[in-house]
Amino acid sequence: MNFTRIAAIFAARNREFYRDKAGLGWNIVMPVVMVLGFAFIFSNPDQDLFKVGILGGADKAERAVFLDSRHIQFITQDDEAEAIEKVRYHRIDLLLDLSATPRYWVNDESPDGHIVERLLWQSFNAPPDELTREVVSGKAVRYVDWVLPGVLAINVMFSSLWGVGWVIVRYRKNGVLRRLRATPLTAGEFLVAQILSRLLVVISVTCLVFIGTDLLLDFPMHGSYLALGVVLLAGSISLISLGLAVSTRIRNEELADGILNLMSWPMMIMSGVWFSLDGTNIWAQRIAEFLPVTHMVDAARRIMLDGAGLADVAFEIMVLFAIGLVLLAASARAFRWQ
Amino acid sequence: MSAIIQVDNLVKSFPGVRAVDGVSFAVDEGSCFGLLGPNGAGKTTTLEILEGITDANGGEIRYRGTPRDHSYRQVIGIQFQSTALQDFQTVREALHLFASLYTRQRPLDELISLCNLGELLDRDTRKLSGGQRQRLLLAIALVNDPELIFLDEPTTGLDPQSRRNFWQLIDGIKHEGKTILLTTHYMEEASVLCDEIAVIDRGHIIARGEPTHLLAEHFPRALVRVPCKALPKGIEMPLGFENQGDYAIAATDDIDRTLATLNTLGVALDELHVSTPTLDDLFLKLTGHGLREA
Repeated sequence: MNFTRIAAIFAARNREFYRDKAGLGWNIVMPVVMVLGFAFIFSNPDQDLFKVGILGGADKAERAVFLDSRHIQFITQDDEAEAIEKVRYHRIDLLLDLSATPRYWVNDESPDGHIVERLLWQSFNAPPDELTREVVSGKAVRYVDWVLPGVLAINVMFSSLWGVGWVIVRYRKNGVLRRLRATPLTAGEFLVAQILSRLLVVISVTCLVFIGTDLLLDFPMHGSYLALGVVLLAGSISLISLGLAVSTRIRNEELADGILNLMSWPMMIMSGVWFSLDGTNIWAQRIAEFLPVTHMVDAARRIMLDGAGLADVAFEIMVLFAIGLVLLAASARAFRWQ
Repeated sequence: MSAIIQVDNLVKSFPGVRAVDGVSFAVDEGSCFGLLGPNGAGKTTTLEILEGITDANGGEIRYRGTPRDHSYRQVIGIQFQSTALQDFQTVREALHLFASLYTRQRPLDELISLCNLGELLDRDTRKLSGGQRQRLLLAIALVNDPELIFLDEPTTGLDPQSRRNFWQLIDGIKHEGKTILLTTHYMEEASVLCDEIAVIDRGHIIARGEPTHLLAEHFPRALVRVPCKALPKGIEMPLGFENQGDYAIAATDDIDRTLATLNTLGVALDELHVSTPTLDDLFLKLTGHGLREA
């Protein structure tokens, strides 16, 4: 490995990125627009009615007069743990279980939860003895707060897959790789330079978007910045490696585009970016475990929303690094200049 | 002079075609060696094998008497027939980039002067004209002050003036004592630049030597060319002439006598053309087809 040669290719690739104003703008503007778009969509005051989760379905809940209350949206919940998390993050104001041992959960930090709890008591004409009160703590989490780590991960995914995979295929097709091959530059040096350049891009852009959207939306960050940084690094390496794996031999941009789309769409849909995977098809959940974005989003959410530290997300970080190393080794072995 | 590179019985096959079929030659140090042939003759494949870009199926290549090793790329310079550079970089940055890839570097100021790039240094490489681009690619091929330079059809696509300017550049490099191995299908280019040529057709070398020697070996002093339509009716072909398309052509050492023969036959001499044989004529004679129609 010759570091002068790596630095030269690294610098050339960086120039190519930041001088391409359209590409640069798209990389920064797209995630900001997506985050702001979600913030706008879910900020409609007309949607500001109370929400109460009902465990066990409507048939068991029919007995309660409370369920006839107006201006409250009752939402059936299938999974108790997931429903309690919704109370924790203020996504529902109260959770009611009217099964054999009736109880309810309320977040003592939620003003809406406090009001709905009073409405519940009123329907029983007093604090009901037969209902067990469970208290959940946690600050309000807007949908935009919940979706933000996923949007950032998706941006890293697109930037890594296309910024490495598609670019190398283009280099191969237009003859840049052939010209570089005629020099003492080795394939390993070339690949390392591409990885480092893209790492710099995705980490810089993600940090920029993170800071910018935080200034605009003031989203919660309860955990360790170090842990979040390591998750970003590990996730980026795994996704860049995936882009490299696609690019090792293909010399057709259309084919590369198709394969990259084939890889990115399942990650867009099945990695829990837009909705929780709990309660989805078990096979979808199994497949999601093999997708780098799933681990990236899970770890980032736990850090930002639950205050997790480095040790708490060590498993996800190890999985991401493992995916990255395996794909890197395979890509380096399979890489062809022509 | 000693051979800087020696090629023995080189073979390269692609599915359905044997592109290089037992090619052997040696290039003397400090000389300009030309591989001549039409498109598809096998000259670019041969060059790519020598450059280390393509692997041969058989044969042996020795650089300074020994098989090539990893240091070979440090001492060669290459200008491909067509090359793309990374986008969004200036001429200066492209030169710095490629110079950084070698341990030995020629001073860039010297290179910029040699290839007349002074006024183009801050220009985006995508905005260069054909001739300017070829000069940049030549400069890139020289950034490591190579001992052996490969030029693959370096003037293809250039206008006549740019082509002649480029020949001057290559002539300057020759005078620095560099060894040049070039491919071309421009016979005039080979005549001007090459000390030795190998004519290649369908993967075989069919003639090799100094251009003047090869012409002298295969042709008399001059070629006399008369349009067939200028021949009187009833005369199919004058003595000593051969029909080549629309022309009757005679190779002769005695131009006066040939002209006298034509006069005697009453051939109109208005469109008569006398020329010395060229490498085009040589190729035609050796292969039976023209350089650009093979």
